Amino acid sequence: MNLLETDSAALLAAVRRVLIAKGVLTDAEIADRIAKTEQASPALGARMVAKGWLEPDYRALLLEDGTKAAETLGIMIRGAPPLGVLENTPLVHNLVVCTLCSCYPRAVLGYPPFWFKSAAYRARAVRDPRGVLAEWGTLLPDNVRVRVVDSTADYRWMVLPQRPAGTEGWDEAQLAAIVREGDMIGVTVPDGARLREKTLYPER
Amino acid sequence: MTGFAAGTAVRVRDDWPETRGPVHIRTPHYLRGMRGEVVRPLGAFPNPEDLAFARTAPVIPLYHVRFDQPSIWGEGRSGDEVVVEIFEHWLEPV
Amino acid sequence: MDKDLFRAHHDLGGVSKFLCEPIDKEPHILTDFDREVDAIRQVLAAKKLMTTDELRRGIEAIPEEDYHRLSYYQRWIRSITDNMLRRGVVTEAELRAALEGQ
Repeated sequence: MNLLETDSAALLAAVRRVLIAKGVLTDAEIADRIAKTEQASPALGARMVAKGWLEPDYRALLLEDGTKAAETLGIMIRGAPPLGVLENTPLVHNLVVCTLCSCYPRAVLGYPPFWFKSAAYRARAVRDPRGVLAEWGTLLPDNVRVRVVDSTADYRWMVLPQRPAGTEGWDEAQLAAIVREGDMIGVTVPDGARLREKTLYPER
Repeated sequence: MTGFAAGTAVRVRDDWPETRGPVHIRTPHYLRGMRGEVVRPLGAFPNPEDLAFARTAPVIPLYHVRFDQPSIWGEGRSGDEVVVEIFEHWLEPV
Repeated sequence: MDKDLFRAHHDLGGVSKFLCEPIDKEPHILTDFDREVDAIRQVLAAKKLMTTDELRRGIEAIPEEDYHRLSYYQRWIRSITDNMLRRGVVTEAELRAALEGQ
C-alpha cells in the first residue's frame, strides 16, 4: 500500500516520531509553535481596524503597508507573507478568497475558519460574490461594486471595513469589539451597519 | 525584466502547463487568456513554480491585476471586478 | 473552450459543480491533530526544510477523490510526509518501522 494513504492519525504519529528521533525537531518546538499560533486571533486585526478608523495617519499606513501597520502594534509578521489591506468605501466592497488553496492573513486573524477553506466558498466567491454575501445576510446597495480579491501568491489580504454609523465618540476598544473575523474578509460588515440593514429590510 | 506600470493593459497567457505533467502554478485557470489591467506592482518573489519542487527559484515581479468580473463568467453584475496576484511571466502586454 | 476541462482539481474558482453547494458557516473546532500538523509545518518551514509551495504541491498531488474526502489537515500531513520523503529528511523504511511500532 502507498505509504501516503495510511490513516492520517497514524501517519502523523509516525512522521513525528521519526522526525524527533532524527533530531529534526523536538516536542518542545511543536508545543511552542502551537502556543504562539494560538496567540493570533481576529482581535489583532480588529485593533488595527479600530485604530485605522480613529487615526487618519494610521489608516494611511494600513493601506500603504499592512505589514508595517501590524508591527507598529507589536503584531509579529516576520517570517509570514506580507500583509495587504483593502479598504471598503461607500462605492466598493472587498471580498477575499483563495481559490487555489486557503491563503489567509493568519498573522492578524489567526487560524482560517472552516468555511474559508471549503470548496463551496472557494468556488463561488469569484463567480457569485453577491450570492455568497447573501448567505451571510450581507446585502449591498445597488451602486456598490464588489471587488473579489483572489489571494493567489505571496501576499495575504485583509479588509478594512467602513466604520458603521452610530459609533461616533467611541474609543478604540469599543470600536475593536464590534469588528469580527468575517468583516475583515468581507463576508460581513460591522454590526452597526448590519443592524441598520435589518431594520430597513426586516423580511430578510 | 520589462516591468508593467499601474494602468497597463495586459493579457494572461492562455497556457495550460497542468495538462503536460506535474506542475505547481499560481495563476487560476479561470483567468487564462483574459484581459485585465495592472492595479499596481507588488514587489518581486521567488517563482513558486520552482519553489514547489525545491529547485533554485528566480525572483520574478508580481502584480495586482484587475479583471472585469462579468466578462470572465458571462454572468454577474456590471462593474464588479476580480483582483488577483499574477507573476510577470504569466502576463503579456495587449 | 471550456476551461473547466483543463484545470487541475484543486483550482476551484467558479467550478460549476460547487456553485449550488451552500457554504457551511458553522464554526468547526480544531482538534489536537489539526494543531499539531499545523505546528509541524511551521517548524519545518522555519528550519528551511519545506516551503509553502512544496506544501501546496504535495496537497495538489493528492488524487481528486481523496482531496475532497480528506479534511484540511489530513491533506497537510499527507503532503508533509510526501515532501519529507522527497527531500530525504525521512526514509520510507523509517516511516514503515515507526508505523509498525505503533
